[in-house]
Amino acid sequence: MEIPYTSKPRPDTGLYNAKLGIWLFLASEVMLFGGLFSAYVLLRVGAAPGEWPHGWLNVWLGTLNTVILALSAITTLLAWVACKVGQFGKFKFFHACTIALALTFLSVKMYEYHDKWIHYEIKLTDGKFADGHFESAVYVDKATNKELEAHSFHGTSFSEVSSGVTNNYELVSVTLEGRIVSDQKDLMDLRAQKQIEHEPVKIERSQIKSMENYGPWHNTFLAIYFTLTGLHALHILGGTLVIGYLWGPGSKMWKKDPERFTNRIEISGLFWHFVDLVWIFLFPVLYLM
Amino acid sequence: MEKLVQQFPPHREADAHHGHGDHAHHEPGFWEKYIFSTDHKIIGIQYGITALCFMLFGFGLMILMRWQIAHPGIPVPFLGPLLEKVLGSVAAHGAISPELYNSFGAMHGTIMVFLGVVPLAFAAFGNYVVPLMIGAPDMTFPRINMASFHAFFIGGVIMFVSFFIPGGAAQAGWTSYSPLATTIPTHGQLFWILGMVFLISSSLLGAVNFIATIIQLRAPGMTWMRLPFFVWAQFVTAFILLLAFPPLESAAVMQLMDNVAHTSFFLPTGLAVGGQLANVSGGGSPLLWQHLFWFLGHPEVYVLILPAMGIVCEIIANNTRKPIWGYKSLVYAALAVGFLSFIVWAHHMYLTGMGTKISTFFQATTMIISIPSVIILTCFLISLWGGSIRFNTPMLFAMAFLPMFGMGGLTGLPLGFNVSDVHLHDTYYIIAHFHYVVAPGTIFALFAGVYYWYPKMTGRFMNEFWGRVHFWGSLVFMNIVFMPMFAQGMAGMLRRMSDGGANYSAAVNSKAGAEVVGGLSNNIMELHQGILIGAMCLGLVQIPFIINVFWSIKHGEKVKTDNPWDATTLEWQTPTPPPHGNFASEPHVYRGPYEYSVPGHATDFTPQNEPEAGAAPQPISTAH
Repeated sequence: MEIPYTSKPRPDTGLYNAKLGIWLFLASEVMLFGGLFSAYVLLRVGAAPGEWPHGWLNVWLGTLNTVILALSAITTLLAWVACKVGQFGKFKFFHACTIALALTFLSVKMYEYHDKWIHYEIKLTDGKFADGHFESAVYVDKATNKELEAHSFHGTSFSEVSSGVTNNYELVSVTLEGRIVSDQKDLMDLRAQKQIEHEPVKIERSQIKSMENYGPWHNTFLAIYFTLTGLHALHILGGTLVIGYLWGPGSKMWKKDPERFTNRIEISGLFWHFVDLVWIFLFPVLYLM
Repeated sequence: MEKLVQQFPPHREADAHHGHGDHAHHEPGFWEKYIFSTDHKIIGIQYGITALCFMLFGFGLMILMRWQIAHPGIPVPFLGPLLEKVLGSVAAHGAISPELYNSFGAMHGTIMVFLGVVPLAFAAFGNYVVPLMIGAPDMTFPRINMASFHAFFIGGVIMFVSFFIPGGAAQAGWTSYSPLATTIPTHGQLFWILGMVFLISSSLLGAVNFIATIIQLRAPGMTWMRLPFFVWAQFVTAFILLLAFPPLESAAVMQLMDNVAHTSFFLPTGLAVGGQLANVSGGGSPLLWQHLFWFLGHPEVYVLILPAMGIVCEIIANNTRKPIWGYKSLVYAALAVGFLSFIVWAHHMYLTGMGTKISTFFQATTMIISIPSVIILTCFLISLWGGSIRFNTPMLFAMAFLPMFGMGGLTGLPLGFNVSDVHLHDTYYIIAHFHYVVAPGTIFALFAGVYYWYPKMTGRFMNEFWGRVHFWGSLVFMNIVFMPMFAQGMAGMLRRMSDGGANYSAAVNSKAGAEVVGGLSNNIMELHQGILIGAMCLGLVQIPFIINVFWSIKHGEKVKTDNPWDATTLEWQTPTPPPHGNFASEPHVYRGPYEYSVPGHATDFTPQNEPEAGAAPQPISTAH
């Protein structure tokens, strides 16, 4: 006996095997992201008053990515429809668009991550806080006593930044493109502050008490932001690989077994729509609320 | 053995070859046949053997722990030098240090649950039996099935290897509570998380496959209410695994972030480690981990017990030679258990200070879930009534399951009430309670299943005499091991003390005499000795079983027919062992699963695929 219903639907369920399989898989994915969303809720509700950040993420970039994913959902659907009506050329075109949109989404996301990565909060010895994007750092070469300026990123914490590239260099000062505030809470709610002036701020080494970039270790908001969007980005990457395979080498199946190939496009499309849907929840929760 | 055997369709040796005609020209090699097999029966056996090995390993850890409890700080006899050589300083002089004891404790739980019982009960028996029972040629997604086993195996290897890294395996208990799991400065927890990610992925793939198989590949005529209860039990179990495991995966991701990326998901503000303020951002919630863990952890209990109930049901129906009593009640009760298992989890957390209102809610749901469990057990008990019971080894194990599981279940009630739980929480009482559910409960059912389906897998019976030795020995020593723990727990002995409470007891008793509240009397402490001896004897009586499994492959009594137990369900209506593709031709199902002793029928069993009298004979297709 051979396994039945691999591409034809079973009459009483109306589903072929893989379609049921992907729906079950998506149910478990709902629970996976559900676990993280519930963590978000508990962490946010449990945060001390004024400690939960607002307005840390760029709403315009988030909106751009939302539009990109919405467009990719449309092209995914059109690619499947093209298969259904037997237009292979159109399928190729639409899924090429899907892949391009997915890669654009990931590029925007990478830019946003990088933006957080080079964003530092420096605790100063006088109790104030310097906050802004890394501009440059000045080191002195211990051997020659010459100063040199570095513009590249040097680490996530003060101990890493201060030791420089090697132990032969010693930190003299750090310049951030940002501002100095007297209360850490002023850094939390950026939405409430209409105009925030950014200017180069030079901090001498002796003023620095501690220094940390906006990585997931910085606070629980960034922790859940990086974890949720990171897991989502991994899903985007996985979906892109699958769709890329079906678009490229996997599309040979079109000639041999078009029905099964169309089913594969449908299955991968269902996954893609789910990943889009997760973003539809992520965007308001992280960027707007 | 003289039997009236009627089989529809009749299977001759030759039929077996028609069933996989397209494979006849291609004989798979060793790797393809046994390692990278996509055949559900081979995968089932792979799961079974791996899981039994892990269970033996987990049992070994337990023996070492019992030694340490009964003789704290004294080098382990015979094995001590080996331990020191392999594990290094944590086993200095061959004695088990508190760190090593914690590792063994955490890994005993992890291995027994995730690498022993679940793979055996769900993946091994489910894989082998479910497709046969529903008349399917294989699982729906054979390659995903293979991937599921490989993910499981890799997860097992990671867990095993973690014993030998510097610092040893995870030490934070099988529940891995944060912040403890993050602040222990060894890498065992990292391995634990990685291993769990593989195991969770494995069970996810398995669960999708099981559900899709049961929905899509039922043979013609196999309606939902004609499914054997075992299939129903596996169906509900698969849904629990599908939906309850992912939140633990997200929790594992967050704990991984805490351990590796120094986030503070589960680390509160002001966390102090070793008297120093920890260098973390804080703001996290330790309760969050417990909620996410127990959201899996409690449904997991039903993952352990439902397949066992399914096995017991099949064996009881077969050996009482009468229909199971209350089939529909069983099905609805199993569905109710599956649903309710998702809303009882916080009864593990009464002592966390999560609030009396939440405690009351979970106390109520916990009491409600005992109703369907009792329905299931009652149906089995009533099924025995008036049967002419065949007491073979599988039936002995299945019948011992009933009182043993009953004790486990009933002793759980005081733990479900939050007032009495305050006293019993985290004591040996709870160890005794859940071991009664899982060890003489589930594991007995698993043994029953091994003895019952062994003839289908190999074409030979396991030795009956040694089976009985295995049974009576296991029954007696299981109770010797676990019964005293109820007394110890009620006397206040805590479950995680690496010296079995010796120091604690000595300190309290020296202050105010032996009768002080909180002190453990000598009687209670001495029970450790009896438990150790019981545990070692329990190990000894497993030896006949191990030998029996291997010896009977070649030397067991041969089965005379494909249906040696005179059973009704479809797995017995195939050639023995079933060929690739299982059935020579697609079976048609005409009736429910437990048509035993139907009045007027020639035999005392009516297979599900036997056509109704007067019905047109079904066409037998010969090739595919």
